[in-house]
Amino acid sequence: MAHKNAIPQTVLVLGATSAIAQAWMRLLAPHGTQFFLVARQEERLRAVAADLQTRGATAVHIEALNLDRTDEHPAMLERAARVLGRIDCAMIAHGVLGDQSQADRDFSHAAMLLHTNLISVVSLGTWLANYFEAQGQGTLAAISSVAGDRGRWKNCVYGASKAGMNMFLDGLRNRLDRRGVQVLTIRPGFVATPMTAHMPQGPLFAQPERVARDIQRAIEKRRDIVYTPWFWRWMMLAVRLIPEWKFKRMDV
Amino acid sequence: MRTKLIPPASESGSESKRESDFESWGRYPKVKSSLRPLHWMGDFPLRPAVSPQLPVGMGRSYGDVCLLEGGTLLGTRGLDRLLAFDAQTGLLRCESGVTLAEILRFAVPLGWFLPVTPGTKYVTVGGAIANDIHGKNHHVAGTFGCHVPRFELVRSDGTRISCSASENSDWFAATIGGMGLTGLIAWAEVQLRPIVSRNICYEGIRFHGMDEFLALSAASSHAEYTVAWIDCISRGRNFARGIFMLGDHSHLPDPLLPTPEPRLSVPFDFPGWALNRFAMRVFNGAYYHKQRHRHVSALVDYEPFFYPLDKVLHWNRIYGKRGFLQFQCVLPFAHGREGMEAILQAIADSGLGSFLAVLKVMGNPASPGSMSFPMPGITLALDIPIHSDVTFRLFDRLAEMTRELGGRLYPAKDARMTAAQFQFFYPQWREFAAYRDPDFTSSFWERVTHGA
Repeated sequence: MAHKNAIPQTVLVLGATSAIAQAWMRLLAPHGTQFFLVARQEERLRAVAADLQTRGATAVHIEALNLDRTDEHPAMLERAARVLGRIDCAMIAHGVLGDQSQADRDFSHAAMLLHTNLISVVSLGTWLANYFEAQGQGTLAAISSVAGDRGRWKNCVYGASKAGMNMFLDGLRNRLDRRGVQVLTIRPGFVATPMTAHMPQGPLFAQPERVARDIQRAIEKRRDIVYTPWFWRWMMLAVRLIPEWKFKRMDV
Repeated sequence: MRTKLIPPASESGSESKRESDFESWGRYPKVKSSLRPLHWMGDFPLRPAVSPQLPVGMGRSYGDVCLLEGGTLLGTRGLDRLLAFDAQTGLLRCESGVTLAEILRFAVPLGWFLPVTPGTKYVTVGGAIANDIHGKNHHVAGTFGCHVPRFELVRSDGTRISCSASENSDWFAATIGGMGLTGLIAWAEVQLRPIVSRNICYEGIRFHGMDEFLALSAASSHAEYTVAWIDCISRGRNFARGIFMLGDHSHLPDPLLPTPEPRLSVPFDFPGWALNRFAMRVFNGAYYHKQRHRHVSALVDYEPFFYPLDKVLHWNRIYGKRGFLQFQCVLPFAHGREGMEAILQAIADSGLGSFLAVLKVMGNPASPGSMSFPMPGITLALDIPIHSDVTFRLFDRLAEMTRELGGRLYPAKDARMTAAQFQFFYPQWREFAAYRDPDFTSSFWERVTHGA
């Protein structure tokens, strides 16, 4: 593990209206960070930008874009790099939970989910990896999920999208670490966000603020993979250790 | 949001509407409602429309003013963005789900403090306006609503009303203290006050009886914060003994660090017998004698001064599943002394006790809110565990005494007043009712306007 990272001064956030991204950006804003925010809805971006500016951000640029439109990624990313001057940290935070029961019946739902959670991430990651490789420093972070650690019946397409994302990020890390670039895979458990608002909130649910603090610590310590809250690391280790002949019969 | 949500057994399904048990901070009553969390201003009004509905923030009011049996609660905690801050004037604009704790976390390091704060910082700005809360500085600063120059109200039909003392002033007056019934407060401006230190110059003075309390209050009207803790269990020689507390923000500059997160939490419900009369007698005696001298002065941090109970999350669990009732009345000065003595006597005679009973003189600053609770006089607030009908009978008696003495009760702390009592305390309620959103109501409102 290399030296510690400083608090990023220029930050690109893709999926900036996500609850976890918002909580994380609020930690940075009082340090005078500059932001470039991308999300679908302009009205929401404006609210997030006002919040960050009030909390001390030096500048907040917004761009409304549906990140499913991978053909528009390069131009958007070039604008972000130009506006920020240099990108200290890029955070990929967009994603959908989808509905497994719908995906079971209708492949187009599964395809949509894979496109948003995986294909668009590969598109962004491809451009960003080249950018960071040339820059020779910086942090590429992406919010994955503990669901990518093992395939479960109840969220198998979502899990597959996150597993694919984990593999892709592992590969980028393998390429970029030696160039001085941190690639951080963030694997939260259940987080109380709009994405999970329809689910009963049991004791395993964490608040986005807690997850955001873990993310920032992982960035500063140049970690590779962070489970948040911490106990998921051990819980998912146990889940992965269950032999497949046993796991396939479990109701999970 | 802090209202407890007991999840149904099944994990499946993505249905957006579930009925769950809700309770307020007093844990009584418990009602079934659906919850619709709002995360963006564009999430309201709901489409398709639902009725009835009621906005709820942290659920820290005590009775049923933030509950709605069989309806939809609009959770406002997701509306937690700060929108603008003027570092020169201290004027903050924020969404209505921002809590006072979040404002302090943001503003204290910049040298600003809340204009008015209740005994907990875990309430939202929207809730603070809707209940027009007051604090230890009421005698000089008035209510929270006195420091809210402007807010935006959104009605369930989508109409947006910008409200201030000069613009739509009737909506402004109806919404401050309007119990969340006039529509959803989308955002509000709060005028903060400057500080140079986290510290409060504190003085604690022991007193015996209402006369000494009133004399101390009169002699300390220069102090920004005054409040008294009173022993409401002891009778005879120790009747109405207490500690009078004064505080002012320190003028000596000191590092303005943010407060660390609380770590203590009550993890489970205490059994009902844990809070017996003996325990409360011991606590009240210990609290009185904790202060070793008749008069003490100290420099204390604002957290323990304003929020002694916030250190322990879920402290309401010590009252057990049955919960507790809050009682808060204000009596006009004309009947203040003997009226308060009679009320304290009735409580002491009932054999029911309270851990924390609080006495304060309320001052002249008038609230812009038409349904606001405070008025010049003496206010008493206390909580009593629900043991049996004895508790309810005592509360009915206290409400009647309040009525006879020309006082009134605080809706945000009430689970018990009758429709007749409410309509006597707040005769302006009929005019106020015209401003209620047709899709908005609460269990409280249904209870106190029943049959009208």
